[in-house]
Amino acid sequence: MKTKLIILTFVASAGIALAAPQTFDFKDPKGINNAGFKLDAPLESINGSASGVSGTVTFDSENPGATTGKIVVATASLMVPNSMQRGHMLSATWLDAAKFPEISFESKEFKNVKTDGDNTMADVTGTFTLKGISKVLTVPVKLTYMKDKLGDRVPGQKGDLLVVRAGFSIKRDDFNVNPGQSEDKVSETIELTLSIAGAAAK
Amino acid sequence: MKRTLRFVAAVLAVGSVVFWAAAGTNRGWTKTSVPRKIVDQVTGIEGVTYEKHFVPGVDFLGAALVGAGILAGISTLLRTKSNNPQSEN
Repeated sequence: MKTKLIILTFVASAGIALAAPQTFDFKDPKGINNAGFKLDAPLESINGSASGVSGTVTFDSENPGATTGKIVVATASLMVPNSMQRGHMLSATWLDAAKFPEISFESKEFKNVKTDGDNTMADVTGTFTLKGISKVLTVPVKLTYMKDKLGDRVPGQKGDLLVVRAGFSIKRDDFNVNPGQSEDKVSETIELTLSIAGAAAK
Repeated sequence: MKRTLRFVAAVLAVGSVVFWAAAGTNRGWTKTSVPRKIVDQVTGIEGVTYEKHFVPGVDFLGAALVGAGILAGISTLLRTKSNNPQSEN
């Protein structure tokens, strides 16, 4: 009886340890993590991406709905193919990268959580901050938990991966990005996409 | 001088069209770097890297053609040098 109790206690504690939330770091050593943006105006379409992604997400594979985290994109890492256009984009008139060096999204609540195997779909409500202005947004997000796959991505390391994919749009007027100006060339709507992988080393 | 200006204008116009066409007839703005997609084999994430590469766009072509037009226009304002100067008598 005593032996059975010890075994049960051991199994239960091992189970708790396995189900413990993990913190995933989204600073990508491979430099592939990126946030994309697209502005489709009547006269001009602007496509670009940002590679300066960082932040952490705390994820529990047994309870994906309890996920919390903050993803930060360095404003200065935003790229478009034309260097002059990039200079304008980062200038004080538009994003003012010198004064507002970070764009961020901090999750507050997961709703409509649907988990299928290692994939979790949810509507995440959180605070999106751009050019120093914060707004509460609800964003559809897909999380993919990849157990013991860190070593495949970063040789020599053991751990898990968490892939986060999201797509949503914002209005530049809401974030004081040169509001009401040049709307024929720079769309009022900014479509954003996020494709990032975080690592939790063991 | 007049002929030289017209020759330079013609070379600029033809050269810019040929350069623009050879670089892929980019109908957008001039690009100073080109995005290249990279895929992470483990996660399937598609990333983008930028490689420095000059691709002339319609702004480059337009500026070159306007420049050629200005040179050709200036050439019409210049007097043709006379080969048979008249006697003052």
